[in-house]
Amino acid sequence: MNASSSAAHALKPAALDVERLRADFPILDLKVNGKPLAYLDNAASSQMPRQVIDRLVQYRTREHANIHRGVHYLSETATAAYEGARVKIQRFINAKEAREVIYTHGTTDSLNLVMHGFGRAFIGAGDEIVVSQLEHHSNIVPWQMLCEEKGAKLRVIPCNDAGELLLEEYEKLLGASTRLVAITHVSNALGTINPVKEMIALAHKQGIPVLVDGAQAIPHMKIDVQDLDCDFYAFSSHKMCGPTGIGVLYGKAALLEKMKPFEGGGDMILSVTFEKTVYNVIPHKFEAGTPPIEAGIGLGAAIDYLESVGMDRIAAHEHDLLAYATESFARVKDARIVGTAKSKAGVLSFTLKGVHPHDVGTILNEEGVAVRTGHHCAQPVMQRFGIPATARASFYLYNTMAEVDALVAGIQKVRKIFG
Amino acid sequence: MDSKNLYQEVILDHNKKPRNWGKLADASHQAEGLNPLCGDHIWLSVKLEGEKVGDIAFEGESCAICKASSSMMTTNVKGKSVDEAEELIREFRDMATGKLDASSDPNHLGRLRVFAGVRDLPSRVKCAILPWHTLHAALNSEATVSTEGDRDPVAAEDR
Repeated sequence: MNASSSAAHALKPAALDVERLRADFPILDLKVNGKPLAYLDNAASSQMPRQVIDRLVQYRTREHANIHRGVHYLSETATAAYEGARVKIQRFINAKEAREVIYTHGTTDSLNLVMHGFGRAFIGAGDEIVVSQLEHHSNIVPWQMLCEEKGAKLRVIPCNDAGELLLEEYEKLLGASTRLVAITHVSNALGTINPVKEMIALAHKQGIPVLVDGAQAIPHMKIDVQDLDCDFYAFSSHKMCGPTGIGVLYGKAALLEKMKPFEGGGDMILSVTFEKTVYNVIPHKFEAGTPPIEAGIGLGAAIDYLESVGMDRIAAHEHDLLAYATESFARVKDARIVGTAKSKAGVLSFTLKGVHPHDVGTILNEEGVAVRTGHHCAQPVMQRFGIPATARASFYLYNTMAEVDALVAGIQKVRKIFG
Repeated sequence: MDSKNLYQEVILDHNKKPRNWGKLADASHQAEGLNPLCGDHIWLSVKLEGEKVGDIAFEGESCAICKASSSMMTTNVKGKSVDEAEELIREFRDMATGKLDASSDPNHLGRLRVFAGVRDLPSRVKCAILPWHTLHAALNSEATVSTEGDRDPVAAEDR
């Protein structure tokens, strides 16, 4: 491929062959309540392709031992696979170095690592932490705990009725007392894509580091941490076709080196005596104990899979699904879409007048349609919109227009039942 | 479990037109029931006349299952003795958690059997049971009941 055709390809990605791709996901063949499964709960957790499942089986049948400490064949094989996955992650997010990629148990664990390792060391009484109205509880509660411990203050960037953050308000919140900005890249409850690059630049003007919760972004779009210039980026494997139990904290090496370890134990030390312990270098300083090795290797396989499909093509496909679903919902009487930002990922949060979201979810389940109902661990978002809960459909690479039709038909059935 | 069996006419009717809706001005017992996971939130007021439930009312925000269960509970316990109400609470809870087969085991549930289907929907069991636990709390002069944490009545039952 020459340079010009490659550029043209980047401009207009070829459409996904969704039917062929669905054959990679065994679980999508399930029937639920006698109906074909329409899995529209991807923002909670995604499904796993055979390529990743096979990689886990291969590891378990041919490669398993503990990593980093054996001199025997299996330990070296497992270490090479686990560390190889770290390099895949580094490439996938375009981190400068592999040592900037810390394995964690998931996004929540990553955020807590920053709270303990960075927050407890560098944030004190009277200091301020800026979060947004759109945060998941996991990017609120750790900071509240820190504020309580240190006497620091939590400041909140408000949003408008469409679910978009108010940047002029954000700028006003940044000041001499601000020690950290912790914001989500994509809202899990509404789908809003926040302008994090711009927000990071604004914070950096005043020398304030920025932590981005990327759990809902990285499965759906190309992430380049150097281009964003974020100081930390947190995400989970299980929302991007990988296994549960593993996630990542990306951090700039200079910051990570200044931080304190989060957990103590094996693997995170260089030497231990009762008088003095010398911590290991990054990333190992933050990786105490035996990790979920197979999950890390599985995440590496998930990245291979997503790259083979193409992140640009995945993003384009989800954009089409969201546009089609939004258009279809406009024709459903009494349905209200919550979150109408101009820039949105594949999340459709909605309410149906006179019907509680849990009743919507139960009846959709009867039709084989899996959606999430509730407050989505984002109660401040619900409070902002004056509702206790929503039903949420969220899309991924393997979803089809026919599944959107099944969702809309299911909603019409709910309306019929509730008259 | 077909939700058609759960979302029956009688449940939909009580959801749309809840009976005994509101608050009693002269309540002798009150309690608040909350399911923090789904947001079901009800307030129950009871007026005991001697050993009898003289009057009862509820209000709140909830799903259809919780609202219909609350409404049908009020119509069922009004005029009954406290002991009879407690027996009904036990039977309803056992039916919803699958410990009592309302069609074969002896019981006093009557039309409340329309809720038998929730036992196949674990995530909805608490919606149906919440008003009954709130009633139990009110009758025993407890102010609040929650379906989560230490006070989770369903978990307590399994301990």
